[in-house]
Amino acid sequence: MRYLPLTEADRSAMLGVIGAKSIDDLFVDVPAEARLSGPIAGLPLHASELAVERHMTRLAAKNLSAGAAPFFLGCGAYRHHVPASVDHIIQRGEFLTSYTPYQPEIAQGTLQVMFEFQSQIARLLGCDVANASMYDGSTACWEAITMARRVTKRAKAILSGGLHPHYVSVANTMAKYTGDQLVTSLPTLSPTPDTDDLIAQIDDDTSCVVVQYPDILGRIADLSKLAEAAHAKKALLIAVVTEPVALGAIKSPGEMGADIVVGEGQSLGVGLQFGGPYVGLFACSEKLVRQMPGRLCGQTVDAEGKRGFVLTLSTREQHIRREKATSNICTSSVLCALAMSVHMTLLGEKGLRDLAAINHAGASAAADRLAQVKGVDLITPTFFNEFTVKLSKEARPIVRALADKGILAGVSLGRLYPGIADLENGLVVAVTETTTQEDVETLASALEEALA
Amino acid sequence: MSNINPSGWRPTTPQASGAAGDDVTFTGNRALMLEEALIFEIGSTETTGVDFGTAPRATSRLGGLERTDTIGLPGLSEPETVRHYTRLSRQNYAIDLGLFPLGSCTMKHNPRLNEKMARLPGFADIHPLQPVDTVQGALGVINELAQWLVTLTGMHGVAMTPKAGAHGELCGILCIKAALEARGEDRRVLLVPTSAHGTNPATAAFAGFTVEDIPATHDGRVDLEALKARLGPDVAGVMITNPNTCGLFERDMKAISDAVHAAGGYVYCDGANFNAIVGRVRPGDLGIDAMHINLHKTFSTPHGGGGPGSGPVVLSEALSPYGPLPFTELYADGHITLVEEETVGDRHPHTFGRMTAFQGQMGMFTRALTYILSHGADGLRQVAEDSVLNANYVLRAMEDVLDAPFAKSGPCMHEAIFSDKGLPEGFSTIDIAKGLIDEGFHPMTVYFPLVVHGAMLVEPTETESKATLDQFIGALRSVANRAKQGDPALKAAPALAPRRRLDETAAARKPVLVWKDAALAQAAE
Repeated sequence: MRYLPLTEADRSAMLGVIGAKSIDDLFVDVPAEARLSGPIAGLPLHASELAVERHMTRLAAKNLSAGAAPFFLGCGAYRHHVPASVDHIIQRGEFLTSYTPYQPEIAQGTLQVMFEFQSQIARLLGCDVANASMYDGSTACWEAITMARRVTKRAKAILSGGLHPHYVSVANTMAKYTGDQLVTSLPTLSPTPDTDDLIAQIDDDTSCVVVQYPDILGRIADLSKLAEAAHAKKALLIAVVTEPVALGAIKSPGEMGADIVVGEGQSLGVGLQFGGPYVGLFACSEKLVRQMPGRLCGQTVDAEGKRGFVLTLSTREQHIRREKATSNICTSSVLCALAMSVHMTLLGEKGLRDLAAINHAGASAAADRLAQVKGVDLITPTFFNEFTVKLSKEARPIVRALADKGILAGVSLGRLYPGIADLENGLVVAVTETTTQEDVETLASALEEALA
Repeated sequence: MSNINPSGWRPTTPQASGAAGDDVTFTGNRALMLEEALIFEIGSTETTGVDFGTAPRATSRLGGLERTDTIGLPGLSEPETVRHYTRLSRQNYAIDLGLFPLGSCTMKHNPRLNEKMARLPGFADIHPLQPVDTVQGALGVINELAQWLVTLTGMHGVAMTPKAGAHGELCGILCIKAALEARGEDRRVLLVPTSAHGTNPATAAFAGFTVEDIPATHDGRVDLEALKARLGPDVAGVMITNPNTCGLFERDMKAISDAVHAAGGYVYCDGANFNAIVGRVRPGDLGIDAMHINLHKTFSTPHGGGGPGSGPVVLSEALSPYGPLPFTELYADGHITLVEEETVGDRHPHTFGRMTAFQGQMGMFTRALTYILSHGADGLRQVAEDSVLNANYVLRAMEDVLDAPFAKSGPCMHEAIFSDKGLPEGFSTIDIAKGLIDEGFHPMTVYFPLVVHGAMLVEPTETESKATLDQFIGALRSVANRAKQGDPALKAAPALAPRRRLDETAAARKPVLVWKDAALAQAAE
């Protein structure tokens, strides 16, 4: 087997050193009735690289990849062009095959990347500090809600109807077991988000208000009023960003007063990957840092006074605190954070602003074009690179029918909110720098035909 | 000689007194050991390594919220970017460079075929919310991997979505909680041995359980009689790592499971050490109700410097009804559907809900399936055998130099444990670890598990050759002997790494977590 270097001669020699007659001697502690005498029946045996590649390639070919179709899906995962050097760098063995940097003297590469990533993310989100990443946006969002409970010692969290329904779903699952009370609502196909409703619900029991920016329908709301209202009741404002490229064009949540900003970093450097692995972003104000979950890297010096980096504030973490830890999280998403960090370094501030401007202009043009189609109404007057239209028919079957023609038309709200009649005609359409005018025309014509 | 080399050239020879640390250079570099500044020190907000056309002019629909501050994101040109990260990469130790014997972490070779397959556009470039008819191959990967995991573990079902091992633990514990609720029982106590990974008690506490210790016997295993004595109507179950973190197989596992079940509880198994038994033992045969599988350990998806991981959870028949959404379902005609909120209906009414957006770590599933197909049932069995053989070889080669507290208990599984007993005053495990760094090896896991004083947990994995093991053993013996002889130089190790020992105390006392620059900060205001 090509991945196993021991030869039969090695094995016998080593058994000799150990003083065992056969390999079975080393498994004597397994009760006899649980020992398998040979390879598990019914499973294939080892295969050559060529054979495995053939099998996997066949499976891959059964999928319609985004690059092979006019593609308009968003809702928490976005398709952007990733420069070739990003993938080259994350495949450097020294990054790919290293472990969590518990031995900092021989992990300065990963640690400096973490420190640079934390600095980039804090700036992008407009916060004092950021951690070295979480699993993904949805789990980061839940961790922020529990952190707000630890900080405020209150259990009621108010979740905006504009928050990604999967994120709400994750929070609902976890809250069942932790005693957090969640106030949730559905989005409505209206021009403005639910800011005023959220403000009206904040009371003295409220730990936090959770709002997505831009929201699930693509709408953008000023968070300043919401932050003021939350702070007036000593509650925290948590902002959730699922499309970080937007922050090259619109104000950061931190600048508008958000106390914790979490998000999904997938859209920069990581790629779609059918939902994972992604990279959760987590940033907050300096005074909350000791309540933060997840890995943190800090600057220090070595014995010769040279600058270096280490994992720090680990007394918050499970391997030290065990059942009293801020979270059970034991890992982050460092390789994805590296990809995101490299992409941000390649872009720089100028590149990120250009990228954001191109996205916004493309989405604006697409929204105008689609709105010309009979039976398509643009619902969202404000948006970045993703907007919602209301079709004259249920969107779900139309999305499926267009997929049959090789067009990936967007995310139907029926997929995200099954059984909600008011939302079933809604279609969320994302447009990035990868979308061509021809793609938009193809979608417009197909919708025209489908809605006729 | 002079005929061959009339120029008088001679090979360079190091000065006898020239210790590497004494050389001072203008740059601070030492030949191939290159210092690298932060992007904030070398980049600028006006530099970019990506070319864009001009954005078409458009009316802003940003609601008057245009970003006007300086974000402060430095950019580099492409060549500078590649060089920056390449230089940084060279300050890392990695499996590609050498043996990485971290106990309970299973740092094995990461085959590059797995990387190649994960990057096929049909897997890498598909959106999680595409209509299921357009992603049948991706659902096929999930389904095929799920079948393998269920068969290899002899369990009933599997939850594929957990994002990492600790997330998988949470999944398993929530299944237990949901099952107890369905029975209308409010059992609050989970029994967890002190030797457990820190994630075990943290997970149990997160789900609202009280954690109580399970006593261990003198030979490093769960004390069955003490456990039985503690079982009762308030005990929800146990969390046991098997093979355990002392590197031993829990001989009484089946008896433990039977006792817990008889008392109405459930058995969670931490599957971090599955590599030792894959293909030789099915946890299902030992009465396990739930076990997470770290795809980044046993099935070789890369650790990436600390994630992403992936932690599918195999479940017994008793717990399967409570597993999370979404999951795949294969029909007789070969069509695979994704069962999520909208399609679940009454098919999976007891699910505890969703743990994450989307379908889990697809990129890791592709890699793990590629790895599994490469090995097959026979190769995976060989994985377990060679990993256990390698660990026992290290154990026996070291036990005369380092204290091996359980060496008399019989063979170890895929990791060997040592303690700091016998080291002179002032010397500890950390010194041996740092000494190994100078020898060109990553240290073993240190100070874990907590039940062994100054623990050193060595897991060589099956992808190391005998020659590499012999060299490692030689280095470890040398360093251990230096510690025993009280060599003061060892207290200052590492001397040859990119950095000497770092001041972790100062880092925690006054945390500097982001780069701050006065000039840029002012510009932002």
